[in-house]
Amino acid sequence: MAEHLFQFVIWCVALLVLMVLLWLVYGLLDHGLAKLSFEFLLSEPQNAGRDGGIISILVATLLILAVTLLAALPLGLASAVWLAEFTATHHFWARKVRLALDVMAGVPSIVFGLFGYAFFGIFMGMGFSVLSGGLTLACMILPVFIRTCEIGLRGVNNSWRQGAAALGMPKIKAVWYILLPAAMPAISAGLILGIGRATAETAALMFTSGYVDRMPESVMDSGRALSVHIYDLSMNVTGGDAAAQASALLLLMIIIVLNMLAYAVTDLWLGRRLSNDLA
Amino acid sequence: MISPDKGFTIGQLTEAKACCEPTPHLSVQNLSINYHQKTVLDNVNLDIYKGCITALIGPSGCGKTSFLSALNRMLDMTTGATVSGQVTFNGENIYKSDKDLLQLRRRVGMIFQKPNPFPLSIYRNLALPLKEIGIKNKQLIEHKIETVLKEVGLWEEVHHQLDMTATKLSGGQQQRLCIARALVLQPEVLLMDEPCSALDPISSAVVEDLIVSLRGRYTVVIVTHNLAQAKRVANYAAFFWMQERVGKLIEFGRSQNLFEQPQNTLTAAFIDGRKG
Repeated sequence: MAEHLFQFVIWCVALLVLMVLLWLVYGLLDHGLAKLSFEFLLSEPQNAGRDGGIISILVATLLILAVTLLAALPLGLASAVWLAEFTATHHFWARKVRLALDVMAGVPSIVFGLFGYAFFGIFMGMGFSVLSGGLTLACMILPVFIRTCEIGLRGVNNSWRQGAAALGMPKIKAVWYILLPAAMPAISAGLILGIGRATAETAALMFTSGYVDRMPESVMDSGRALSVHIYDLSMNVTGGDAAAQASALLLLMIIIVLNMLAYAVTDLWLGRRLSNDLA
Repeated sequence: MISPDKGFTIGQLTEAKACCEPTPHLSVQNLSINYHQKTVLDNVNLDIYKGCITALIGPSGCGKTSFLSALNRMLDMTTGATVSGQVTFNGENIYKSDKDLLQLRRRVGMIFQKPNPFPLSIYRNLALPLKEIGIKNKQLIEHKIETVLKEVGLWEEVHHQLDMTATKLSGGQQQRLCIARALVLQPEVLLMDEPCSALDPISSAVVEDLIVSLRGRYTVVIVTHNLAQAKRVANYAAFFWMQERVGKLIEFGRSQNLFEQPQNTLTAAFIDGRKG
């Protein structure tokens, strides 16, 4: 009897969690789907975003993400390679770096925003710009990205490391030609998750890439990201709800697709690791 | 009776005149190996003769594999492992502090127990080490790849699918590819760590024949648990055993002597299957 009751309760709790998501999606579909169209996606916002579309917002978002990627990819890979391949697990500095990364991963995004504003915006003189916003996001996603890549590299079959060393291949060449390609699925999964987090970010961008909803002309221009657009429409613009809901629906769709991609890539990676172990 | 033309081996002798006049190629002096202060191999002295096959035999855990990987300093990659004593190769101690390890490992190649082709194409598995030593000419690379694949008897099987991922080959083919990958750098010495133990009996026989065919042209040191295999392939044999939890070299000599007239009672017991 108690067993059945317990099962009933956990089923209810699980369904409740699912209901929250379904309710959210339903609300967005109900209010936003009517507004979401190719015309909405491809026209400039007008009247503070109440009318028109979101093309300049989408372009700004993509530019910010491009900057984030260009900055995070080399920095993240280099750090992960250093942590996984060039230091022992208990190396003094490696432990300090790992601790710093774990702390950084837990820092609230608004703090990254303030840091970005002070460092990139004022100190480096980038002002409110796509560049400043993208670099701030890069700092924000780096911790998780580095740790995912590190774990991916450590998971690579050790016999390939030995094989390369036994052929007199310099370590860095082994990393470049053999280990990084083998760790690629893990790296991709980390990157996709990072992009997902960056796409959804609002607080870190308000002080860095700014609010301007014009089409950005260069990375030095201010640009409004999709999430900032949603925030602004729903908090500061009366009558902007429909556009906010449509933008939010689009954002949610992007995040879902990115997460599914990450899952698919991780599955591929696990599948490959299993087949390597069996071979 | 030991006849010099048999090259001190019980098995068949092919292309091995070199080992009838033993010249040391690798000379091991007072070699001891420790893992985190615990001695696993104590004070080994022996010569590895040029062009011959030397088999290292003995029970598990007596330091054979550690000894093997001390010969090209792959042991450096194991955390906590320290080596004392010296190994002379081409007149130079490989444990002197400024030794170029990349060069050493290109001269002294290694084959592992589990075949470890890179997850790249067959072609790239062989081209990568060549590019590393500065060979960029595509025709020369292709020529060298064809030569080594023929040498290991893989050319007929794979020449039409060189762009296939090497990990899709069968276990025996993978191991022959790994041998080809080591040979493509034209090493002087090949160290083999139980190269047949992860293979099925037929692939194992193919790889064994391949090892025998290397005699005379390369110096081979092979760790094996298979005494019959050691008898078939080796010109020289070294027997390792644990004494007071420390690995020791008990007996070293011409394969025929060691297997047919062992000097040490432990060796005799191990060969008869009474111990080990």
